[in-house]
Amino acid sequence: MINTPLTIKETQDGLKSKKFSAVELVDSYLAQIKKYNSEYNIFLTVTEELAYKKAKELDQIGNFSGPLSGVVTAYKDIFLTKGVRTTAASKILDNYIPQYSATTVKKIEQAGGIIIGKTNCDAFAHGASGENSDYGATFNPWNKEYVTGGSSSGSAGAVSANMSLVSLGSDTGGSTRQPANFCNLVGLKPTYGAISRYGVIAMSSSLDTVGSLAHTVDDIEIMYDVLKGEDGLDGNVVNPKPQTLNPKPRLGIAKEYFIEGLDSEVEKMIDSVKKTYEKIGIEVVELSLPHTKYMVPVYYIVMPAEVSSNLGKFDGIRYGNDRSAFGEEAKRRIMLGSYVLSAGYYDAYFEKAMKVRTKIVGDFNEAFKTVDAIISPVSPTPAFKLGENTNDPLKMYLEDVYTTTANLVGIPALALPSTFSKSGLPIGFQLMGPRFSEYNLFELGKKYHKEIDYKPKTAF
Amino acid sequence: MAKLTKKQVLHVAELSNLTLTDSEIKKLTPQLDKIIDFVAKLSEVDTDGVEPTSQTTGLTNILKEDIVKSDESLSQDEALSATDDQNGYFKVPSILTNRSDD
Repeated sequence: MINTPLTIKETQDGLKSKKFSAVELVDSYLAQIKKYNSEYNIFLTVTEELAYKKAKELDQIGNFSGPLSGVVTAYKDIFLTKGVRTTAASKILDNYIPQYSATTVKKIEQAGGIIIGKTNCDAFAHGASGENSDYGATFNPWNKEYVTGGSSSGSAGAVSANMSLVSLGSDTGGSTRQPANFCNLVGLKPTYGAISRYGVIAMSSSLDTVGSLAHTVDDIEIMYDVLKGEDGLDGNVVNPKPQTLNPKPRLGIAKEYFIEGLDSEVEKMIDSVKKTYEKIGIEVVELSLPHTKYMVPVYYIVMPAEVSSNLGKFDGIRYGNDRSAFGEEAKRRIMLGSYVLSAGYYDAYFEKAMKVRTKIVGDFNEAFKTVDAIISPVSPTPAFKLGENTNDPLKMYLEDVYTTTANLVGIPALALPSTFSKSGLPIGFQLMGPRFSEYNLFELGKKYHKEIDYKPKTAF
Repeated sequence: MAKLTKKQVLHVAELSNLTLTDSEIKKLTPQLDKIIDFVAKLSEVDTDGVEPTSQTTGLTNILKEDIVKSDESLSQDEALSATDDQNGYFKVPSILTNRSDD
């Protein structure tokens, strides 16, 4: 077995110089899956046959010139994959085999990527821990007593456990960034409307985005270049204009982020991030986002309302099992959504939340007049223990306090690994920028990683 | 805030096309009550004259030509492949029953 490299460049250099073949790469990742998957519950389906088919094809052609040529990729099980079971980690879709693939799956395939399997997640992407999967929780490769975060639990687990080089997740309120943060990975939530969601099982249509996970910012950028742009099938997507980073960028930190419940190690890390940027000549200023405390309430009205509508199609007629197969969290969110949309409550809850959303967007428009990006924690704490938040849904919802922002405002956010806590758990932070400022965030992220001499690492 | 009643929960379950067991209702009622109480704190925000935001793209009326593209359409067999079909049709639950006075 070969040691699989942790970056796309090293992988492609190895393939081009014939240090190893694509088939040997697949051998290694599959061996890792066979060794650890039953213990960590990361993959729901392993696509061994498809992986070898694609690897042999690439080895035969032999030039590895596609941007993702030879890049082994895992997909959250809400991405439709033609001919490969897609469950959304819900018993409703236990036997569902899609007839077509998501645009993003097709784009990665065309760019030379190798599908290795479909990963576990909170059912229908509802959750912040991975524990809402109808197929059982995923265990954090860095420490088995802890959650991977969610909802893209298996996508983060797969990359941090060296079972795949990169993965796709989704991010509706932090579902890519929070697991990236809990598993020592880079995670991107793109601008709403940058990447097509065609063929991704919908959760909350005004918030849903396709997320990517990898070990380095360079790799996230390569994936973004492949994934972005119009496909004519998601009407929200436009081709973004190229941007250049302000030669003297300025960053901001909101004073409202330092709230009760913010772990002291996370707080210290944010301070060290500020110092690192200052050391390399980037100014960091304090700013105010006055509606920060309303993020979670707005999110937990808008999101369930859209969930109740999107999950209406699961009636067991055209596909899947009937509605009695919904898990507990899906039922809770459908009920909550129907309530806030129902006659007599619509104005007080749904309409009100949409108006406060306008005020939140206004806070950010104001902030981006003076700064190029905002530094924020991803999660108030490092990974928590399995079972710690499961009995209190509201406590679990408060995990989303720093991540829902980017979804409500529609802006990009890049989660970056930074350090480890005293107990050995990964901690990171995120950068948020104006709409379509992805490349600026990449550049700022790379500057930070260069300064701290960041080296990608897997748990085992 | 008024406490959520069992009657309200049953009404919302009906709107949601969900059949809940007694133990589910017992568990869900206080949970939903607590969440609704929490999100109700939005009432303290002054939103007089504020327009609602339903999406963030700034795009309006994205239309496309009404053309059938066969590579983006499912055949009848494909469309029916994920369910029990009958004579080439989807099977739906019956909404009419036999009259009992026949």
